[in-house]
Amino acid sequence: MTGISPAVVAASKLGLTFQTNDGPVQALSNVDLTIGKGEFVSFIGPSGCGKTTLLRVIADLEKPTSGTISVNGMTAEQAREKRAYGYVFQAAALFPWRTIERNVALPLEIMGLSRAEQAERIKRTLDLVNLSGFEKKYPWQLSGGMQQRASIARALAFDADLLLMDEPFGALDEIVRDHLNEQLLQLWARTNKTICFVTHSIPEAVYLSTRIVVMSPRPGRVSDIIESTLPKERPLDIRETPEFLAIAARVRDGLRAGHSYDD
Amino acid sequence: MDSFRDKLVPVTSILAGVVVLWYVFAVILNAPFQRDLDSRANETPGAVEFIGKTLAQPKPTLPAPHQVAVNFFENTFLRPITSSRSLVYNAWVTLSSTLLGFAFGTALGIIIAVGIVHVATLDRSLMPWIIASQTIPILAVAPMIIVVLAAIGVTGLIPKAMISTYLSFFPVTVGMVKGLRSPEIMHLDLMHTYNASPSQTFWKLRVPASVPFLFTSMKVAVAASLVGAIVGELPTGAVAGIGAKLLAGAYYSQSIDIWSALVAGSIVAALLVMVVGVAGRIVDRAMGGRPA
Repeated sequence: MTGISPAVVAASKLGLTFQTNDGPVQALSNVDLTIGKGEFVSFIGPSGCGKTTLLRVIADLEKPTSGTISVNGMTAEQAREKRAYGYVFQAAALFPWRTIERNVALPLEIMGLSRAEQAERIKRTLDLVNLSGFEKKYPWQLSGGMQQRASIARALAFDADLLLMDEPFGALDEIVRDHLNEQLLQLWARTNKTICFVTHSIPEAVYLSTRIVVMSPRPGRVSDIIESTLPKERPLDIRETPEFLAIAARVRDGLRAGHSYDD
Repeated sequence: MDSFRDKLVPVTSILAGVVVLWYVFAVILNAPFQRDLDSRANETPGAVEFIGKTLAQPKPTLPAPHQVAVNFFENTFLRPITSSRSLVYNAWVTLSSTLLGFAFGTALGIIIAVGIVHVATLDRSLMPWIIASQTIPILAVAPMIIVVLAAIGVTGLIPKAMISTYLSFFPVTVGMVKGLRSPEIMHLDLMHTYNASPSQTFWKLRVPASVPFLFTSMKVAVAASLVGAIVGELPTGAVAGIGAKLLAGAYYSQSIDIWSALVAGSIVAALLVMVVGVAGRIVDRAMGGRPA
């Protein structure tokens, strides 16, 4: 499945145990996963299954306690130092004292790009997320969906090939979410980026992904990996097709098999 | 301006209540002395005349509001501001050391806070001492600072400003430690994903995030600075300043002078806090703050 393209993310026997006051908690156990270039991989599972933790390990925001992880053929830490990925958090996490364009400029400033280069990239990425005309607005002047689009623009601004998204639309209502899902697919098609996408919505995972990683808790582990048979071109109403529903059923079965519905 | 009008009525009602109470107590507290005077002069004034006299004593126990107002008006507007009896002159003397001490205190507070936030050893070692420093009564420390500094030849503005500094650095330190630590974990993680250096994280995230905390603590600090400057004038036998006016008034039982100096001090304090508040609001607006 990923034989032709080089692996962007490769995890082998990956494990992470947190030491808490109530004893050790196994957030991740024995995760084997390879993600190829240009894939759109969703991680789905109930809370506590380690999907966010896995994303944070890829981003080098958490250190694994066992196994290995490589990103773009380097260690996760080297990849982070090379700014190999853009990360989109659950909340937009925009700096309230910066305008939208200055927020998008933040990573560019940190990388030390010239003003002209910054301006060019800000324009391009804000165009990409349909936020042109809102450059001078402050975050509080934008709706929740627009704020999250601005944070996606910020993650795209420095041209990393890998986009890590941690339930980016989780806090938004379903209408906005549908709209952003559609836009995200268009953006993915245009930019050919590799996207890792954490969600707890089955329709969202099936609609977006080329591959769905089903995870289950205690210990956090991968219980199933489902290849999507949907075409790359996906209008919103593809969600009513039998093919879509069949994949959704498989995801639901996978979640059930992982005893995810126990409590 | 609606919020101003909403506040006007309650604040004025309270003020009116205070003034009425003040008159009542002025009569009650000044009555014994007036009775004494009258009995010596063998006078038996009627009630209205008696109350009038209690409110017009030259050195009353509690001056009536209008006595304070007249004294304040005369010493503020009718005297040349170079006169040592002018409240404007005395307020300026106190204000100058307040501002110097406030500037020192704010700078010191920020520096200590930056140290505490970035050096774990300082956090553990310095914070208890800083808290302890504020439990020492300033009235005990002030004369020592003045005497010690005078011994090494430092007199005038600086010693008074040092006492202001002593009182004002504390709220700034506490506020700025909180402010510099206020960024959310998500924002810190974000900077981490960009591989931002500690100084980039400091200037681009911690400093802007701490600005509202800075102005809140500066409001407390500027009022404390004024108290420090006034206290600093008491043990030095200073010839000018609000503190000197208070002390001189106490020596010569000029109770009206004391009260009008007190009013002057309060007005200066209110103005200082207001100026800091307005500056805070201007900065907040410039940083994209949402209009309230």
